[in-house]
Amino acid sequence: MSTRSGLVDRHIAFVEALRGAGLSVSLAEDLDAVAVLGALDWTDRDVVREGYAASLVKRQAQRPTFEALFDLYFPRMVGGGVASLDPEAGDTADDEASPVRDNAAALAAFREQLAEALAADDRQRLQQLAAEMVGRFGAMPGRGPGLSSWSAYTALQRVAPSDLVAQVVAGLLAEGLTEEEAQRGAGRRVGAFTAQVEADARRRIAEEKGADHVANVALRPSIERLDFMAARRSDLEEMRREIYPLARRLATRLTKEQHARRRGPLDFRRTVRASMSTGGVPLVTHHRPKRPHRTELVVLCDVSGSVANFAQFTLLLVFALRDQFQKVRAFTFIDQVHEVTPYFTPGADIVDVMSDLAASTTQAALWGRTNYGRALGRFAEEHPDAVGPKTSLLVLGDARSNYSDLNEAVLEELAGTARHAWWLNPEHRRHWGTGDSAAAAYGDIVPMVECRNLTQLAEFVHDLTA
Amino acid sequence: MSWFASPTDASARLHEAGYLADGATSTTSYLAGALEKPLLVEGPAGVGKTELAKAVARATGAELVRLQCYEGLDEARALYEWNYKKQLLRIQASEGKEWDATHDDIFTEEFLLTRPLLTAIQRETPTVLLIDEVDKTDVEVEGLLLEVLSDFQVTIPELGTVTATRRPFVVLTSNASRELSEAVKRRCLYLHLDYPDAEREREIVASQVPGLDDRVTAQLVATVARLRELELKKAPSIAESVDWARTLVALEIGDLDAKAIADTLGVILKHRSDHDRAVKELKLAR
Repeated sequence: MSTRSGLVDRHIAFVEALRGAGLSVSLAEDLDAVAVLGALDWTDRDVVREGYAASLVKRQAQRPTFEALFDLYFPRMVGGGVASLDPEAGDTADDEASPVRDNAAALAAFREQLAEALAADDRQRLQQLAAEMVGRFGAMPGRGPGLSSWSAYTALQRVAPSDLVAQVVAGLLAEGLTEEEAQRGAGRRVGAFTAQVEADARRRIAEEKGADHVANVALRPSIERLDFMAARRSDLEEMRREIYPLARRLATRLTKEQHARRRGPLDFRRTVRASMSTGGVPLVTHHRPKRPHRTELVVLCDVSGSVANFAQFTLLLVFALRDQFQKVRAFTFIDQVHEVTPYFTPGADIVDVMSDLAASTTQAALWGRTNYGRALGRFAEEHPDAVGPKTSLLVLGDARSNYSDLNEAVLEELAGTARHAWWLNPEHRRHWGTGDSAAAAYGDIVPMVECRNLTQLAEFVHDLTA
Repeated sequence: MSWFASPTDASARLHEAGYLADGATSTTSYLAGALEKPLLVEGPAGVGKTELAKAVARATGAELVRLQCYEGLDEARALYEWNYKKQLLRIQASEGKEWDATHDDIFTEEFLLTRPLLTAIQRETPTVLLIDEVDKTDVEVEGLLLEVLSDFQVTIPELGTVTATRRPFVVLTSNASRELSEAVKRRCLYLHLDYPDAEREREIVASQVPGLDDRVTAQLVATVARLRELELKKAPSIAESVDWARTLVALEIGDLDAKAIADTLGVILKHRSDHDRAVKELKLAR
């Protein structure tokens, strides 16, 4: 056996990590990637990254996952990295050579440098500073085996780049930008720098423990697979942006499927008439159109704190697809029922809808403690006309009813009246029936579906309309 | 012939052809040529997906063959079709002849109507095949594309298999209005074109609309970037920035202030609710 460069091993480990993170990389694509690497120069890291991306990542939503993993398996540099050929790297190296690397003076000096670089928006310099920052202020030497010796958190706490925002804003204002623009610009720069620091810490840990370890632990799932209940605020915004494209994709898919099934019985008259132009030979057959059947939908959602996000997304998606239904009505509840259909006027601005919806939450609460039994009872009392034999009933919630009376009889009656009934539960199936969850009791009456992320939600809504 | 010598070469020649490509675009275009694999370009409307194919054709001196996809597109429109009417005429004209002779007669090249896919494969000079808006077709058409995209051949039962003498440079574009099947994606290189960064957008606008003042261009690009940050139904694309720049030139607006923006907002935003949101967020007076 000849000696191996390790590149093939690294490549295979990388592809495995991508698969582990939920990208479906086939063997053919794997081979393509190898062909791509053969066709490219290895002098520019960006070119290699784009080449890999072109052959392995076929869905834009997976790109962030890919980027993070690429940084782990093909790091920009190794160790503290004095690798830069930039003339400015000279003084960085000097700093590192000096005996005292981490004291109050060094911290102050570093912050000054950082403020300068942020003000100038010098990407290259910021990248270097991020690496230096983790190396100098994020090091945690002497910890026990199995614990990582680098921490982005420590580094960020000590340098506190967010305190520099005011300084950067002042600089931008001096350049003649408006207050608002300056605030936004500074926020973006500091945010990007923070992300760089986190990435650099990941890189260093990967060097120490192997990339596979970090890939398993430190990466978040892509936005489509992120749990509603685990989402952070920035994730929620990103998810909200995904709703409309998702609805559009679903609508196209549904129309396509309906078309495919629309070929009705043969229209004999039209076929014969059309055959006249080909001498009586019926080359093209004509069919009668089929009338599509459309469902009426009633959505009943729990909007208490724990599941509010999930309810919002489902409502947005359902209303974005309103053309696919005959009629949609939506009600929110905590322990009181409140109709929210009027907020969703066609063509309404999504941001306004969300704020109206949030404001209306107070009307769905009387005491503010989730009570499914009471809410179901009130719903049947106040809106007896809502559920009829043509409607599909959709209940959204985690079925955690604070140990109150479940009022199963009402739900049974509603489910009996409706054409179909489903319960969407945003919790993982393994949590159902634990604690105050009444998932088991309600699940016996209406089929309960697990719906934790956008992918599952889209699948469910698709099956609902089809 | 190879299409491009290197990513840098691709970037330079696309630039010459009037297309400002970023790193990802030039690298992927080079790879599509070097590996002779189809290139699937995805992205929002109006970011220059179709234009990329045209630019590749211009830059390499190849001819562009375009297949515009739409709902209901079938084999007869995409690949080839027998000219039934001419065949019927031929049969009627050869009254009394042996069937075998007639049969051989009517299934020849003379009665074959070639459609874009077959045309592109048959051509002997360099060809760029643009399959535009693949996501608009039915799933069955994707199956049809598979043979063409992987082996560059078309099978016609009566004539046999036609194989490409020279592989065309294939570009597929998609607005991602539906997911393409894994089988198609697997055979392609993938490129996601997104809205460009401010620097590149400024260059694009400047090169497309040379008459616009530099300062106004910068203001325009900044405003468009700001609009893209908002939650809009349809964010303005490059095509719309360029349209806007042309509008400003036509109206002889020398300074893009709040009033000018409010007056011409209709050029870039096409939904009423988007309009209202922009006015609110940019604090424009109506």
